[in-house]
Amino acid sequence: MTAMADKPEKLKIANREFTSRLMLGTGKFSSNDQMAAALEASGAEIVTVALRRADLTGKGDAFANILDFIDPKKYLLLPNTSGAMNAEEAVRLARLAVAAGLPNWVKLEIHPDPRYLLPDPIETLRAAEILVAENFVVLPYINADPILAKRLQDVGTATVMPLGSPIGSNRGIETRAQIEIIIEQATVPVVVDAGLGAPSQAAEAMEMGASAVLVNTAIAIASSPVRMAQAFKKAVEAGRDAYEIGVAAPLATASATSPLTGFLHAS
Amino acid sequence: MLSEEPFASLLRTPLLRRFAQLIESRSDAELEQMARLSQQTTLKHFGKTIRLFAPLYLSNECINSCAYCGFSRENAILRVTLEIDEVVHEARYLAAEGFRNVLLVAGEHPKFVSSGYLELCVQRLATEIPSVSLEVGPMETADYIPLVKAGAEGLVVYQETYHRATYAEMHTTGPKKDFDWRLACPERAYEAGFRRIGVGALFGLWHWREEALALAAHIEHLLKRCWKAQITVSLPRLRPAAGEFQPRHLLSDREFVQLVCALRITFPQVGIVLSTRETPQLRDALIPLGVTMMSAGACTEPGGYTGQGKAALHKTVRGKQIVLEYLDPNAHATEQFAIADERSPREIAETLRRRGYEPVWKDWDKAILSA
Repeated sequence: MTAMADKPEKLKIANREFTSRLMLGTGKFSSNDQMAAALEASGAEIVTVALRRADLTGKGDAFANILDFIDPKKYLLLPNTSGAMNAEEAVRLARLAVAAGLPNWVKLEIHPDPRYLLPDPIETLRAAEILVAENFVVLPYINADPILAKRLQDVGTATVMPLGSPIGSNRGIETRAQIEIIIEQATVPVVVDAGLGAPSQAAEAMEMGASAVLVNTAIAIASSPVRMAQAFKKAVEAGRDAYEIGVAAPLATASATSPLTGFLHAS
Repeated sequence: MLSEEPFASLLRTPLLRRFAQLIESRSDAELEQMARLSQQTTLKHFGKTIRLFAPLYLSNECINSCAYCGFSRENAILRVTLEIDEVVHEARYLAAEGFRNVLLVAGEHPKFVSSGYLELCVQRLATEIPSVSLEVGPMETADYIPLVKAGAEGLVVYQETYHRATYAEMHTTGPKKDFDWRLACPERAYEAGFRRIGVGALFGLWHWREEALALAAHIEHLLKRCWKAQITVSLPRLRPAAGEFQPRHLLSDREFVQLVCALRITFPQVGIVLSTRETPQLRDALIPLGVTMMSAGACTEPGGYTGQGKAALHKTVRGKQIVLEYLDPNAHATEQFAIADERSPREIAETLRRRGYEPVWKDWDKAILSA
């Protein structure tokens, strides 16, 4: 066993290091208290919040107080641009978040199609160019398109976040072949975001070599979000360990009979 | 050009065929199974949340004659169009109740409820309410554009009935007579830039299964054409109103539940709106079954929340003002229909929490659209 394999590698994004490789979304929970408890149980250090659900006026709106439930000392709050349909709107939201005192990190998501919430590659690239130039740390949500991933890395995004399958679909890593290429070619952390419905799917992403995963629906709508958050935490750690240690490649099973070469053994 | 039956070609798609099967007569066991699937689908796509909104009636003036509607020009009722300041007053009341999402509703009257009047309303509410939607008489795309620019996010327009003969019978005078003009309204709204588009049918006018199938086809049509818009659907059932119109074809509670589940299973991402037309018992039972958006504490007359607009109350019938010799100082504008769930927004929010759902007041920020 190598020295590196004895100690889990930290996740490095931009200038920061993280122990946890599980990021959490904050939508769809049955209450803000449930959400806070699940965040705690998940061990996540990066938590994303839809700006459209938060009060950005600084007036302390009691009817839009989701941010009050996320301790900024404990979590890196990652504002997301959900609701934006084009680059201009996403950029505007990111700037507004900073003006409201939130970090200059942004989960860039531009999904104009409410049916499948698939990200718009053209607008995402345009917005990334603007936001990187304005010194934002940009984590773009993208379809599992290796060339788009490379283009975004060239622009200077801090990660790429390809989807496993559509948001909330729980269908797991349907884009496996494309994500493998993205990981192989990546110069920044690859975060598999969206579609992970079971801890085993999160473990699968980590074994493939993803740097992290982002989970929301599967935890938020579980009958016990806290226990499901723990389950994902363990799965992500297990998957990452296996990746760092190196999983043995599966061998083809030997057949009991050798119809083609059996004659060699005939006496 | 639209064919005689709206969106007829869509009825052959696998999605619509499945919908047609889902709304067929079903046993209790089958309905329970549908309800489970509907619940799971809703959870996956919307989580344990219900979005809350309130209607704000601007005016009950109307130039249409609609057999079932309390605001019909045939009805001798007390009418008013709120002044802009009165609209702001009502909106502030709703904001204090918690609402961050308000639907401005008005009868169709180009003189009183003009595009310019609506633009002023939306502009003035921009600083009061994060999300403003409209349910007003259909307009041209060009007339919608300034409303979107002023900050209106959504547009709601119900076809009422997709059955042409019934439609013609129900809508005898006024611009609403034109079935196709109304049918194409959601697409004009989308072209103008509205983000959320609400459609619906008024159940009670025609056989519900045929109505539902046409409504589902309309939704599918809009999902294809207006692919960037969040589509919502409402299933209002006729309620008692001025004019005393009696529903011709009932949609029972059981069928209503079946319809909600069928729509959810067919269109997992479409918002389903439940108004205060329905009883508290039914509304509570529907919370986990597929509904995603509810109104609460609603008044269906202009000025109903804070008693605005009383000074300008007048009675009109067929467009002619009737001189009132005496007006009771407690009189108010006539409502569009009687509501069945009179619980306050706070009570509704509490009910949602008790059932394990988060009431979502705000999920839109005007800042997305303007600097």
